Amino acid sequence: MSAPLLEIRDLHVALPAGSERPYAVEAVNADLAPNEILCIVGESGSGKSLMSRAVMGLLPKPHVHVAKGSIRFGEEDLVTIPDARLRQIRGSDISMIFQEPMTALNPVMTIGDQIDEVFRFHEKMSRRERRERAIGLLDDVHLPDPAASMRAYPHELSGGQRQRAMIAMALALDPKILIADEPTTALDVTTQAQILKLIKEMQEKHDTGVLFITHDFGVVADIADRVAVMQGGQMVEAGTAAEVLNNPQHPYTQRLIEAVPSLTPRPPRVQAAKPVLEVKNLTKTFRSGGGFLGFGGEERIVHAAKDVTLELRHGETLGIVGESGSGKSTVARCIVRLIEAEEGKILLGDTDLRPLGRAAMRPHRARIQMVFQDPFASLNPRTKVGAIISQGPIIQGVPREEAEAKTRELLKVVGLDERAYDRYPHEFSGGQRQRIGIARALVLGPDVLVADEPVSALDVSIQAQILRLLDEIRERMTLSMIFITHDLRVAAQVCDRLAVMRYGEVVETGPTAEIFRDPRHEYTRALLAAVPGKDWRAG
Amino acid sequence: MSRTAKRLRYVLKRLLQAIPIVLMIVVVNFFLLHMAEGDAVDVLAGEAGSATPEYMAELRAKFGLDQPLPVQLFVYLKNVLSFDLGYSFRHEMPVLELVMDRFWPTLLLMVSTILLAVGFGIVLGLLAATGLNTWRDTLISIFALVTYATPLFWVGLMFIVIFALNLGWFPTSGMKNVAAFNDTWSWANIKDVAHHLVLPTITLSLFYLALYTRLMRASMLEQAGMDYVTTARAKGLTENRIMFVHVLRNALLPVVTMAGVQVGALIGGSVIVESVFAWPGLGMLAFEALFARDLNLLLGIFLLSALLVVAVNLVVDIIYSSLDPRIEVS
Repeated sequence: MSAPLLEIRDLHVALPAGSERPYAVEAVNADLAPNEILCIVGESGSGKSLMSRAVMGLLPKPHVHVAKGSIRFGEEDLVTIPDARLRQIRGSDISMIFQEPMTALNPVMTIGDQIDEVFRFHEKMSRRERRERAIGLLDDVHLPDPAASMRAYPHELSGGQRQRAMIAMALALDPKILIADEPTTALDVTTQAQILKLIKEMQEKHDTGVLFITHDFGVVADIADRVAVMQGGQMVEAGTAAEVLNNPQHPYTQRLIEAVPSLTPRPPRVQAAKPVLEVKNLTKTFRSGGGFLGFGGEERIVHAAKDVTLELRHGETLGIVGESGSGKSTVARCIVRLIEAEEGKILLGDTDLRPLGRAAMRPHRARIQMVFQDPFASLNPRTKVGAIISQGPIIQGVPREEAEAKTRELLKVVGLDERAYDRYPHEFSGGQRQRIGIARALVLGPDVLVADEPVSALDVSIQAQILRLLDEIRERMTLSMIFITHDLRVAAQVCDRLAVMRYGEVVETGPTAEIFRDPRHEYTRALLAAVPGKDWRAG
Repeated sequence: MSRTAKRLRYVLKRLLQAIPIVLMIVVVNFFLLHMAEGDAVDVLAGEAGSATPEYMAELRAKFGLDQPLPVQLFVYLKNVLSFDLGYSFRHEMPVLELVMDRFWPTLLLMVSTILLAVGFGIVLGLLAATGLNTWRDTLISIFALVTYATPLFWVGLMFIVIFALNLGWFPTSGMKNVAAFNDTWSWANIKDVAHHLVLPTITLSLFYLALYTRLMRASMLEQAGMDYVTTARAKGLTENRIMFVHVLRNALLPVVTMAGVQVGALIGGSVIVESVFAWPGLGMLAFEALFARDLNLLLGIFLLSALLVVAVNLVVDIIYSSLDPRIEVS
């Protein structure tokens, strides 16, 4: 191994007094060599992000600061060098890309101006030269029509394009080190695969050392040369990718890897032929623009659901998979009548729910319930957990005492302490809140549970627990479930049958195992090919 | 379509949309004013004393006040559409002439007030935010709090006492010196008007200045915590560049929105200030017209104010769309 680019020794990052733990990062040692991708893996709160920010001198000072240790970069220690020198290094020798490409770019500046700044602050170049370099960069990261992209504002580009622009900006001055903080987490899987490929391509071309922060072992398997695992601020294991992924030593690493859902679909279960819910030719379009006397510019029409037909059999889990904008959430919301579909039938048993009015719908509400994606936003922060859960039955006419007893029972079913009844949602962790959300849906005794990305906001170990819980409950209560997800690994472990959606249309349906073995539609094939780490633990 | 063509189309659309809005305002105003007790004839008769009911009925017939309300409204609307705002019995002048005469002083006062309040509000908010929790921040916050809490008319009176009477720096009232009473655009004249404008403008803008200062400070602090600021820092930019180029432009957006909304309120505030400083504007005219039950004149003033608010809102929206590219002008 050549001399390391970066040597982190005994790094301590202190948190403000009164935090859960004194150090966000504690006694961490790490080396990064040129032309190497080092993945730092960990769950939320493991300190992986703060460690990467410490390298850049981007800690939210003065509350969070480096208390001890050194970060050697060449002859210098990044912890102690003056701010002016650190500014020179940032953006030229060490640069960074972030998770959320929308908020990480200034919304009111063109892409061209934002790239131009990097040149202006680090090099002496003429305006024309800077422009040419910037266009060249945008071309390198494969943005279509670089000259037009220069003039574009961030909101005019897609998520993947924005991340490409970010990468172009970070690589503008050919840095020795690139720090990537969850750069693909906010992207769709096919876009993620492209961005990972791009990062790898750029890194090989420029011999860059990459510090890649992620929570996703699939991504690690695809991209890492070496891996370091962090837990609670400490680095518990480090080694080459092959060692850590295939032969983990530390129990925490073993647990994490164990929690990653396998891509091999689970054995199909015996199924009843009787459908409990049928969706026939469901159509929903969103319109915007147009309007007053035709002066409103062109009207934009989005077909969020186009002629969607689905069948949910008794006791099974039907997965709807697709990327963002595929219409999978719209279909779910139409089914539970949170939004109104224009056409089609939603047959629950023999009743068509679609044309029912508010009052006529109410008795059917209890039979079909929903679990939402974001456990933080979907519970009213000013209402106690007990009230959140018991509100449903009380509205349905169940006496208060009975509703309370049922609520307490369900809290136990979803694995929460009964004392949760009198607490507020903010006192719970993400996984616990999702359990509350599930209890809220189950208390009404539904026949059909619609779960919209119920685990995508959770850490992988919590995700495994929630999936296990959903499985148990489905068995125990003979539920039928519609499970919306973008994650094919999760789909493989949860769903009996799959429906693949793109642009509002169902492109393929069938038993999960069959679709994984022999995908017929090209889009399904593309989705399967893009799953990160598919060659690792695929079998 | 190019950005300019889009913008033109947008302005045209907004102007067309304004027509029904303004007509609605005219109708609502008309009914509101007729719900009030008494009319111009009552006031005229009261002032003249000893008017017989026959004479009053004759006057009403002459002014068209004896017609049923819908007919009066119809006649009024027809006149408005042909730019005839009627005749002021009180001032014995056509309303249009009277109102246009008083329009320019009010516009002058409004524009200078907005510029002062927004301009200084932004600067003070910026200074407070960049020196967070230092003496500068504290001082500006105290200043904003005090001006925010002080009534307009009292500030006006105190300014007159201190700066006009005791120090003699500025004139106490009016818009021009009587000696220089002519309407030419001579340098001396402009200087004279500007001299008279200082105290009313400062008085009227103080309250808004405080508001924009606080808003700007909060907005700067909010924006400073955004991800793109971290990106800018990671690019190696200086703190000054980050503050004045990246954060400032984003932080301006809420202030501009707020200023746009408050233009209407500003006309209300100008009634007080114009009365205190005897500024010959619409506010003063409205005040007099109200007590003389000069409904035609009041309606004219309301119409003009409504047009003014609609126009200023349009201007603010256009400024906003050039500040924030995410707002599409289509």
